[in-house]
Amino acid sequence: MGIFDYLKKKEKPRTAAMAKERLQIIVAHERRKRTEPDYLPMMQQEIIQVIRKYVSIADDQVSVQLESSDDCSVLELNVTLPES
Amino acid sequence: MAKIIVVTSGKGGVGKTTSSAAISTGLALAGHKTVVIDFDVGLRNLDLIMGCERRVVYDFVNVINKEATLKQALIKDKRTDNLFILPASQTRDKDALTIDGVQAVLNELKEDFDFIICDSPAGIEQGAQMALYFADEAIVVTNPEVSSVRDSDRILGILQSKSLRAEQGKPVKEHLLLTRYNPLRVESAEMLSVADVEEILAIPLLGVIPESEAVLKASNQGQPVILDLEANAGQAYSDAVRRLLGETIEHRFLEAEKKGFFKRLLGGK
Repeated sequence: MGIFDYLKKKEKPRTAAMAKERLQIIVAHERRKRTEPDYLPMMQQEIIQVIRKYVSIADDQVSVQLESSDDCSVLELNVTLPES
Repeated sequence: MAKIIVVTSGKGGVGKTTSSAAISTGLALAGHKTVVIDFDVGLRNLDLIMGCERRVVYDFVNVINKEATLKQALIKDKRTDNLFILPASQTRDKDALTIDGVQAVLNELKEDFDFIICDSPAGIEQGAQMALYFADEAIVVTNPEVSSVRDSDRILGILQSKSLRAEQGKPVKEHLLLTRYNPLRVESAEMLSVADVEEILAIPLLGVIPESEAVLKASNQGQPVILDLEANAGQAYSDAVRRLLGETIEHRFLEAEKKGFFKRLLGGK
């Protein structure tokens, strides 16, 4: 690059860090999906059905996640109830 | 005992065929009898990169269908001893590759060769799955770019669950080959660094191939870039092959070449 490019160069966006952060999040998410058992989506649907018997909620107000560590797995269930 | 190595990536255009051509040539140059197979049925290109496109008579699918013998279909490389190419079929549908057919061909090749390099098609369909199914080792070709890294991780997931070795509980040995690396852009924080990609994919690094004009020049000529001894990319592939064979060599070309003051001032490349 010549002397003129040098003058206008100064502020280039440092985007590599953004790329890395976005990748870390999506890759971790996809790895989790890959290892989760096949029954999980079905079970999530049924759990939603049961909750709906009592409270009206949307599909995205329930999140079901399976966290596995060495010797046990924890099923994490998060339900956001609408304000009454 | 022959070793089967798949060159794969998920994403297209990252340098699988360039790498397959370079690595198989490097292995043959090191004295190992090597065959490189194009698994990209319908989109054959390895023959062009290896410079043998006009010598293709029979192909992989002909051999699977017993329309030709392996001997008839294998093309002996003109430049490098110990090196043979098995081209992909150009016309058949993608389902032409069957597990049994591929296995029969690989078993026959195993008797004769030290290394069998499988050049995978892009994607995660039949062709890509066939290319990796029988692999002992996998070279995952990745560019320092978000979609390529993500797809590489996806392919790693498939290697860990859908390969024969995974089914038998003996994992496929994985290698990361980072290609089209531009140290200058890494220095100005515009491009993911080797360390970034290693951290995300978490597999051992086989080599880093710098972005290089020599790669296009080599493919224009139908000559694997590893034969270009002057080029950084060629030398980086040679290093990668030596590492594949078990040597420990320091990684080169990770930093931008320092330009002299006048060169910078005048804008020379």
